[in-house]
Amino acid sequence: MIEIIKRTNIDFMKQRYIAFAVSGILSFVGILAIVAIARGTANLGIDFAGGTAVQVKFEKGVTLHQIRTGLEANGIKGADLQDFPSAKKALIVLKKAGEHRQSPASPEKGLSDHVIEALKKAFPDNKITVDSVSEIGPKVGKRLRIDAMWAVIASTIGILIYVGWRFQLSFSIGATVATFHDVLAVLGIFYVTGLEINLILLTALLTIAGYSLTDTVVVFDRIRENMRVLLKESIDSLINRSINEVLSRTLITSLTVLLASIALFLFGGEVLHDFALAMILGVLVGTYSSMFVASPVVLLWSGNKPLIKKQ
Amino acid sequence: MKKNVKWRFSIIALALVASFIALLPNTPIYKLMNKAYRDLMPDKGIVLGLDLQGGIYLVFEVEGDKAVQLSAKRIAGSINKLLSKKEIKAEATVSGTEIIIPAASTEIRKAVEDAYPTLSSKDSDGRLVYTLSEKEIKSIKEFATDQALETIRNRIDQFGVAEPVIQRQGEGEIVVQLPGVKDPKRAIDLIGKTAQLEFKLVDDESPAAAELPASVKPVDEEDFLAKIKGKVPETDEILFERHTSKETGDVTKRPYLLKKDSLMTGEYISEARVAIDSRFNTPYISVTFNPDGAKLFEEVTGKHVKKRLAIILDGNVYSAPVIQEKISGGSAQISGSYTMDEAKDLAIVLRAGSLPAPVHMLQNITVGPSLGEDSIAAGKRTGIMAFLLVALFMAIYYKLAGIIADFALVLNIVFLLGAMAAMNATLTMPGIAGIVLAIGMAVDTNVLMFERMRDELKLGKTPRAAVDSGYDKAFLTIVDSHVTTLITAAVLFQFGTGPIKGFAVTLSIGITINLFTALIGTKAAFDYINSSKEVKHLSI
Repeated sequence: MIEIIKRTNIDFMKQRYIAFAVSGILSFVGILAIVAIARGTANLGIDFAGGTAVQVKFEKGVTLHQIRTGLEANGIKGADLQDFPSAKKALIVLKKAGEHRQSPASPEKGLSDHVIEALKKAFPDNKITVDSVSEIGPKVGKRLRIDAMWAVIASTIGILIYVGWRFQLSFSIGATVATFHDVLAVLGIFYVTGLEINLILLTALLTIAGYSLTDTVVVFDRIRENMRVLLKESIDSLINRSINEVLSRTLITSLTVLLASIALFLFGGEVLHDFALAMILGVLVGTYSSMFVASPVVLLWSGNKPLIKKQ
Repeated sequence: MKKNVKWRFSIIALALVASFIALLPNTPIYKLMNKAYRDLMPDKGIVLGLDLQGGIYLVFEVEGDKAVQLSAKRIAGSINKLLSKKEIKAEATVSGTEIIIPAASTEIRKAVEDAYPTLSSKDSDGRLVYTLSEKEIKSIKEFATDQALETIRNRIDQFGVAEPVIQRQGEGEIVVQLPGVKDPKRAIDLIGKTAQLEFKLVDDESPAAAELPASVKPVDEEDFLAKIKGKVPETDEILFERHTSKETGDVTKRPYLLKKDSLMTGEYISEARVAIDSRFNTPYISVTFNPDGAKLFEEVTGKHVKKRLAIILDGNVYSAPVIQEKISGGSAQISGSYTMDEAKDLAIVLRAGSLPAPVHMLQNITVGPSLGEDSIAAGKRTGIMAFLLVALFMAIYYKLAGIIADFALVLNIVFLLGAMAAMNATLTMPGIAGIVLAIGMAVDTNVLMFERMRDELKLGKTPRAAVDSGYDKAFLTIVDSHVTTLITAAVLFQFGTGPIKGFAVTLSIGITINLFTALIGTKAAFDYINSSKEVKHLSI
């Protein structure tokens, strides 16, 4: 029998104040990110902000600097550029349509046409293939933002109802706090590092919300089970014992999803790059929170008195 | 016990066969099959999303307000006919969606309200102001969207795209998905043209006509219009004819002074096709009218011989030839400076008819075929790598039990793809991510069970007891952990568009099927091992 972890006896509950501090900061940054999104100062993707994105593939490698000067020389200013040098690809993003073009030579052409034309002019001896074009009007962006908000609210309520039905109150609160914590932490990390906040990140965040509960549920199930047997034990030692007992499976279930996410990150191409990154972060944070956030919150909520048994 | 195991294995075998049959259309075998057999098989399988096969995803909004305005104009026109028939001197005009009559006598009121009982009225400063009811406005907008949808479908059919998807979305939006189409600009032009064809008389008699320059640069257009505005008679308007220089590509616009009333519109067109002018070797469009139209055209041309008749499409003048004589036979030519492709598309929109109201584009997502190919390759690579990593880990860590879990994982993937094929679900790039994540999550079920079994073995139970109680005790935990992921997947399915929906579909099917393979498949394998002989040691 191979075991990553032999029988352990870590005092998770003792570390809870350090954990609360770390998690407090992570969550705070996440809340800052939400405020920034609401105020429109975050790095929103064009699906939320509206705008134009053109992804092109060059035959010969080009630097971002060359692309920027090439675009500016042909009247396209203020583009956000991102490159994927290994594939000789570049993504040109123009947010808020209409502010970037200097002279509307032929206004009936879309902004994406101008970008492509400008690139062809700037790199006349480099073959340029257009990989994708996205033009999203401000109205669609606004609607997607609202849809996203509803999606977050709906999944929160859904999870709350389910966890509330399956567990007693203090556990539901622990699970909910941990779930919010995970989502906020990943969002916060994306915000602080300036990564784009877009629809695909939202998808990852909701998936993280659903998945991070897996680890928490595993721990909670064991606590609940032990509660029925070990009636006299104090709650913090009972929680500690339970977390230690299921520690290896918590780590292994996370590890398998982490392996899949790493495969996505390494081989999934530019489309799924940020999604995979968010999933990797989410799995790591989710594993941490199932041990250091969810259960301590249960302890905090119920005080150190024995829990009242349900059923 | 043994019987029970057999029964479960046959369910799995059956599900495997069903999955393979459902997946057949996605394999090369399908093409090699005898046609008689092929007809017995499902014909679609998994559909590739636009992000994987390349194509265009467009969202248009029908300008419902404009449709309402047009309706109001039509009603005002009929009211005016009615009033002049009753010899009442008053003229209804339209402002926004309101119909205004500048005189408020009971006679007018009675005449209008008898004819249009649904209009609601209010008096203001001795004028009569009529508005359409909320219900009517709603039904006009509704109708405009339906009709626009029909027209767009017509145009795309004639353009010739394989398997286009044209759907209504929400109140006034139309989603158009064109797989495999590479030129978004041409498609957008084709769909987005209102294609309102009008014939208007050129006003050469008004003094303002003499002041028109031969051409105006697009940048100076506004200045020019502001300057000339005061001189244009009330019954006239200025419209432009565009010229694109073949050498430099520069655009110039030639202004025309036209009578506002259109003498005829495009609704009478029965046929439009591209022809080549043999003198200049340039394309033009030959339009044929239906019998009513032919009669009207003959009447119009007969009444205005030696005058110029402007042919206008969506507010742009295409040409303004002088009517030499009464034209009978019901056909006309629309020449102008356009390329062969433009001429072809123009003929399509004229044939398919005009949109009931202008539409504008809200969203355009175009994926080139090369990115689609790159994405499919990346998706395959990722799936294989994720499977190898996870399967290898399971086999090393849990030995024989791990290998059983790996077999279950293979089943899981085959069932997942089979279910998607049976549902003709769309596979998108995020959908591939969903499959990859489902690979990681699927083995979680087995991990939870195996760890439970290890617990039970440590307590000194026999392998058979350990397997049974391991499954029983892990069951609820597994269901709990799956349901929460399913909840968020369901939400994503509900709120997500295209690609995201694809993610929700693969993830949720993957997780659901996982319950089946883990609880029926792996358990059956263990029971089989346990039943064949008294097992002393469980390789886990």
